[in-house]
Amino acid sequence: MSSFLSSFFKKRSSAPVARDRLQILLAHERISVGDGKDDLLGQLHREIMEVIQRHVAVDKDKVQIKLDRGAHCSTLEIDVEVPGLTDAKSKAAKAPEASKA
Amino acid sequence: MSKVLVVTSGKGGVGKTTTTAALGAALAKAGQKVVLVDFDVGLRNLDLVMGAERRVVFDLINVIQGDANLAQALIKDKRVENLSLLPASQTRDKDALTSEGVEKVINELRSKFDWVICDSPAGIERGAQMAMYHADVAVIVTNPEVSSVRDSDRIIGMLDSTTAHAKKGDKIDKHLLITRYDPQRAARGDMLGTDDVLDILSIPLLGIIPESGDVLRASNVGAPVTIAEPDSPPARAYTDAARRLNGEKLEVTIPTERKGLLDWLFKRRVA
Repeated sequence: MSSFLSSFFKKRSSAPVARDRLQILLAHERISVGDGKDDLLGQLHREIMEVIQRHVAVDKDKVQIKLDRGAHCSTLEIDVEVPGLTDAKSKAAKAPEASKA
Repeated sequence: MSKVLVVTSGKGGVGKTTTTAALGAALAKAGQKVVLVDFDVGLRNLDLVMGAERRVVFDLINVIQGDANLAQALIKDKRVENLSLLPASQTRDKDALTSEGVEKVINELRSKFDWVICDSPAGIERGAQMAMYHADVAVIVTNPEVSSVRDSDRIIGMLDSTTAHAKKGDKIDKHLLITRYDPQRAARGDMLGTDDVLDILSIPLLGIIPESGDVLRASNVGAPVTIAEPDSPPARAYTDAARRLNGEKLEVTIPTERKGLLDWLFKRRVA
């Protein structure tokens, strides 16, 4: 009950959350959308995959890509399952992208 | 000198058509010659909001294809002098909007009116691009809500890159109109404030239209809110926005309900 009451009173207003989310999102979209410029993360993804494929056969269905866009730094996580190694999953690439905003 | 104004937003349902009708009527009431052009081919609604839905004979596509001339297609408003409407086609495809055709119609309208107000369809595709291409001035209609602000940002980018002015190297005048604003919810911190939206989109503010039932009542009866309920808060906000478009320097305020003595007595009795 006390936690319910405290959460009720501490409830953060939602407008600042909306503002912060928009500022981060738009900082990224203004770079990647328009001007015909290719997005940096897409390019990184393609080139990293090329390097890996030079050394191992990669099953494209077993590649997991995670992206987290932050205000100052974004991370691109590419999980590749490499067949034949003892630990089936090895973290292949982690590429931080400095924010241009 | 005549100006081509596009009312645009990216997102649907934020009030582009309402704004086109209300600003156009306000400018016409102030003595300007105004034509409203509906670019929403296939989903026209400006005729309905203007109360002219039963008077549509020819449309924009007919004029572009030479099936009718402008004088035949323009519908004169019966309430306000100097206000005309050029409806969109309801049956044709938006591909019928050719660049050359639109340019010819816009140039002809420029020679006849002080303001050519183009009501853009939602989205960023052909119809929206055609509506904004010839614009000298843009009004970006935004609700204080995340998806609307994001789409407006995208549209602002397009206005700076794909319009005729942008291709010549100059920028068009962009103005932000915040609609459906609820000052109380913003004060509680449950709605993006005008400062937040201005901060994010960083274009000058044309006006703030408060959320109000008067807007729906006006569209129900087929009249711009500036004609149907000229003293209502949204109508006063639109009228001020129209004056700013005409170059007047007015402080931006959020109009509230004017309480007369009768309202006050009536409220008392109900309470």
